[in-house]
Amino acid sequence: MLQVKNLTKIYDGGVKALDNVSFEVPKGQFLVVIGLSGSGKSTLLRCINRLIDPTEGQILWDGEDITAASPEEMRRIRRKIGMVFQHFNLVHRSKVITNVLAGRLGYVNPAWSLLNRFPKEDMEKAIKQMERVGIADKADQRADELSGGQQQRVGIARALMQDPNMILADEPVASLDPVLAHSIMKHLEEINKSDGVTVLCSLHFLDLVHRYADRVIALNDGQLVFEGYPRDIDDRKFKDIYGRDAERVG
Amino acid sequence: MKDKKSSPWKSIQIGFTVLLVLFIYAYGFDVTKVNLEELRSERRQESLTRVTRTLAQPDIITYDKERVVVNSPLYVPCPSPSNLPTAEPSFAYLVIEPACANPGEAVQVEGFNFPPNITGPIRFVPGNDPLNVVALGRESIKTDGDGHFTTSFVLPDRLSDEPQHIRVTISQNVGAPRFSQTAKDTWDKIIETVFMALLATTAGTILAFPISFLAARNLMKPVRSPLTSIALSVLGWPIGMGLGFYIVHQIGIFTIPLSENIFINLVSVVTTPFVFWFAFRWAMPPEEIRIPTPSLRLTRIFILFIAILIAFFGFFQLAGLATNISLSMEKSLGSLGFLATFLFQVSDILRIITPALGALATGGALASFLGRIGQRTAEKNPAASVKTINFILAALAGATIFGLSGWLVEWLYQIGRIEYTFWYPVLIGAGLGLLLAAFTQPKATLPTGMVIYSITRTILNALRSVEALVMAIVFVIAVGIGPFAGMMALGLHTIVSLAKLYSEQVESIMPGPLEAITATGANRLQTIIYAVIPQIIPPYISYTMYRWDINVRMSTIIGFVGGGGIGFLLQQNINLLNYRAASTQMLAIAVVVASMDYVSSVLREKYV
Repeated sequence: MLQVKNLTKIYDGGVKALDNVSFEVPKGQFLVVIGLSGSGKSTLLRCINRLIDPTEGQILWDGEDITAASPEEMRRIRRKIGMVFQHFNLVHRSKVITNVLAGRLGYVNPAWSLLNRFPKEDMEKAIKQMERVGIADKADQRADELSGGQQQRVGIARALMQDPNMILADEPVASLDPVLAHSIMKHLEEINKSDGVTVLCSLHFLDLVHRYADRVIALNDGQLVFEGYPRDIDDRKFKDIYGRDAERVG
Repeated sequence: MKDKKSSPWKSIQIGFTVLLVLFIYAYGFDVTKVNLEELRSERRQESLTRVTRTLAQPDIITYDKERVVVNSPLYVPCPSPSNLPTAEPSFAYLVIEPACANPGEAVQVEGFNFPPNITGPIRFVPGNDPLNVVALGRESIKTDGDGHFTTSFVLPDRLSDEPQHIRVTISQNVGAPRFSQTAKDTWDKIIETVFMALLATTAGTILAFPISFLAARNLMKPVRSPLTSIALSVLGWPIGMGLGFYIVHQIGIFTIPLSENIFINLVSVVTTPFVFWFAFRWAMPPEEIRIPTPSLRLTRIFILFIAILIAFFGFFQLAGLATNISLSMEKSLGSLGFLATFLFQVSDILRIITPALGALATGGALASFLGRIGQRTAEKNPAASVKTINFILAALAGATIFGLSGWLVEWLYQIGRIEYTFWYPVLIGAGLGLLLAAFTQPKATLPTGMVIYSITRTILNALRSVEALVMAIVFVIAVGIGPFAGMMALGLHTIVSLAKLYSEQVESIMPGPLEAITATGANRLQTIIYAVIPQIIPPYISYTMYRWDINVRMSTIIGFVGGGGIGFLLQQNINLLNYRAASTQMLAIAVVVASMDYVSSVLREKYV
């Protein structure tokens, strides 16, 4: 259970990216965050694993206050939260297997990282996860030699290496074509359904929202403007979320 | 778009700018004393031609010479009875016509049986002795294909009743060409130069690598810690360094009697890595899901400490082993003796840097340990008590910093008054610490990273602005004239300039992977290893190559101030006006720099 209470983020320049946002995510839910570009979706997701420190408010995860965690506790919390990015954020010059293994860094002793060594179990686990997302044959290639869809699978495998209880996906399919988008979303859905991992995913296309979301929240200008089920988004709600002049596509 | 109208104001502006530029250049000409008058003068042109011609003939190849000296007598002026002795018949001979003349008159000199197509001086030998080394005149002859020549020679104003001589000297190359002594010396020195550059670049790269992370804004900006933690770290550094140095030094003393024996050396060098590795593995399990209990943690720290002590013992033993091997090898190796010397020097370096390493490691470890305790204290305790703790610790830390700076001032300037260099600084430091503690929120974090960043940058910029040539002067005083001083100077300059270039590369990496690796729960060290280093390897290699290139060029002139290398020879020859030798050295520099340039560009293309 993830509880977000009165979350506010004001950037150094004075931009209010999140304005008093509160919502709850039960364990195992597929929650989709929608909203225009710049509405605060990315900031919200990054506040949850504290890549960005919120200005005010509280985030409780299974009763533990993420916002008050010390660096050492943060390391322990972060390793249970996988993250998938719009631009994949792979280390281009490293091999695919190294990128996947990086998901274990929250567990591995830093002194061992200095020697660039991972335990044998992790190596086996990495191969298993790459098989799961269908890129096992690419293990020894450089990450930037892969196509976009393959790179995102590496990103998912990396998140899976963390044995996550929750995955934050920040527009995971925004830089992919519709066919690839569905295949990536299916992987996330499969992880959600069979492993019971909570997924928070920001999306742009409403057909994807209808197809995959258990529940939807919408942000507009940093404020929570909608919270409910995908079927509840009718034309009136749509205009509330995306503004008067918006037209539906897809 | 605005339409451009030519306003008179704009024209005036342009005119004024042109005038200003003219004025600036005129002043520049005056200051740099641009003067072509000198160039036109006969004297300058003559010496320029001479030097250029000499420079164009580098002294590289030489031959064994065979000299043929032919003397032929004549009278100046003509004696009344002409009783000229006939020339001794020899292989090559001269015929002088007439056989006597007055000073200022010309005689016809004809030579036969000389080597064909060769030039040589023809000179007048005063006095009766044909072997007289003193000779007059600067004329020269050139033989034709048959070894014959005819020339007219104006007699100098040397009168004698006895016969004097005209001498033609021919020197001929015999045997195969061989390298001249200058070429050999140049070769020796150019090798020295290249290796000076190699060592300087290596040392510089190794040290610049970690420093570059401290000077990278994007890595340092997020580093923030509460005052309690900072103060404790500041206290931890000097205490840890002192402690570390003392302990490692003691180990060194303990090792001395043991290191005499090559057998003990061997055994300990082989066994210590294993002991260290097992202890390390036990104390640092690769992966842990559960949080270890405090007592387990303490035991681990203790075991690790023992393991590190053993490792340092191993270091000393390694140094001892290297010394012993080098001493026993020295006699048997012969021309490869430099390998033994190398081993000996490496062991010496090991022996010197081991205590320093120990001091640094212990200082860093204690500082980070205390810093962590400080972090915990600031987080877990109520604000009021944190504030009290902050007052005490900040005062102590301030006093430590200022006390140490005061000690440095005392050492530099030898003021000799303890209240100025110790007590007042300590009091001021403590006061500043108290002020800092009073004005910061007890639990607020301070930008530690940015402070370290600024200090590192300042030191780098200050050192970088000192040319390697100037540094070499200092090092010549420290370690004596020679290539070692030059290497140290180049190395230091390499560290500071590479650290800056590297850090700029770190600042320009893609932030995405950094974010992704941080999100997996990696700590700062892991983030650097897995997200930063893979991104910066290509520019690092490229910059290192470039720096090696610069170092080769710099090392050619560092000898001007006594830093060893080819510059020393070059400067010496220029001062002795030995331009042919200087030309050889310049040629060597050009060849080395050009080939370095080529090699580095090929390597860069291949690996970057």
